[in-house]
Amino acid sequence: MTATSDMAAAAASSRRTIHPAIVRITHWINAVAMIVMIMSGWQIYNASPLFPFTFSRSITLGGWLAGAIQWHFAAMWVLVVNGLIYVAYGFLSGRFRRKLLPITPRAVIADASAALRGKLSHDDLSVYNAVQRLLYAGILVVGVLIVASGLAIWKPVQLQWLTAIFGGYEASRYVHFFAMAAIVGFIVIHVIMAFAVPKSLRAMITGK
Amino acid sequence: MARKRFVIPGVDTRLLVKDAMKAMPDPSRRRFITGGASLGALTLLTGCNIVDSESAESVLRRISEFNDGVQAAMFSPNRLAPTYSEADIRVPFPFNAYYDISEAPLIDGAAYALEVSGLVDNKKSWTLDELYALPQEKQITRHICVEGWSAIGSWTGVRLSEFLKRVGADTRAKYIWFRCAEGYHTTIDMPTALHPQTQMTFKFGNDILPVAYGYPMKVRIPTKLGFKNPKHVVSMEVTNTDQGGYWENQGYNWFSGL
Repeated sequence: MTATSDMAAAAASSRRTIHPAIVRITHWINAVAMIVMIMSGWQIYNASPLFPFTFSRSITLGGWLAGAIQWHFAAMWVLVVNGLIYVAYGFLSGRFRRKLLPITPRAVIADASAALRGKLSHDDLSVYNAVQRLLYAGILVVGVLIVASGLAIWKPVQLQWLTAIFGGYEASRYVHFFAMAAIVGFIVIHVIMAFAVPKSLRAMITGK
Repeated sequence: MARKRFVIPGVDTRLLVKDAMKAMPDPSRRRFITGGASLGALTLLTGCNIVDSESAESVLRRISEFNDGVQAAMFSPNRLAPTYSEADIRVPFPFNAYYDISEAPLIDGAAYALEVSGLVDNKKSWTLDELYALPQEKQITRHICVEGWSAIGSWTGVRLSEFLKRVGADTRAKYIWFRCAEGYHTTIDMPTALHPQTQMTFKFGNDILPVAYGYPMKVRIPTKLGFKNPKHVVSMEVTNTDQGGYWENQGYNWFSGL
């Protein structure tokens, strides 16, 4: 190696931020906002359950329906404003394109079976494997769905065109619930993986 | 929202509740405390009780007031709530109140007189016969409860906007305050009051309004959540002062628009 390529390599590795500050900040704000939305949402669900079960009060937020609604309609602003900043940055900077595309069924199957056999490498955190790409892109879609279905429930008269897209008021409640279930499922996998690969958690805090 | 309530003959329960509430701690704060207990891990993390504190409660209330403004901006005076067919009507239509159906107020229709007060030209009270003689319209719309459930029903009555015209109401006023026989009350904004589907209701389906659904008069507002559709209404006041409401005073959102 020549002196200049040594210097170039050293400069490159100190330059190689995996997650820029804006990604890290919006990530953690989103994490808090989502937890508030989910826990208060569970308390709201309990007031008129869609299925023959309710959520334990130990994991709900708000104490009763009025309190839960106050939390839910406060945190929604944080969730949406923060979410819009994150999505705008992702598109405008090209980060979504670079990090999440392409996704092919073959790659997803290959990486998923490697992961299940414990053979999926996490050496280079700056390149997402196909399962990550699918889930991170997928959760963006689910995020849009949960906000849209929430709006459809909240404003079935003023936004009746939106409520109609989901099949009406009652159907919108089910869409909202299933989107929540998908998000909770994502969180479980995501948190398990973050602790299973601790340097990924560090990267989302320090950026490197 | 079912809740046991004492009915004491001869006592104005409205005033009794008002006095009692002044003496009691804020009930919603007790519930926030209950809510706070379920979020122990997070409060330990932050080192302070962010969920349960008085400042959390007041911030949440102020955001709810901000949301009132957002909702008022989203409200369109001409956008109608979706309507349905007779076949869509829920049978039986649900009863819901903060008391058991056995405690619903029984009002003598012959003695009933709707009080009209505040910023109006004509403060005479109205008998049921006089109210029934006003031009009536039927609507089949979806009642949506703050709890989340909904039911399609059929309500017939006179447009509130038409009634306000007849009593010479000042439609530049901000609010209308409705008070009910058993002490329930709510305040609505004038734009909603003037909406074509806001109705002083006297019939459910083809029958005179049953006790369960608010005999003798309900105010049906399909552009607002169910708790802002008062039953057993005995008085209405056109006013520039927000008088709050039974559930609004306990922390439910004031505008609650659909």
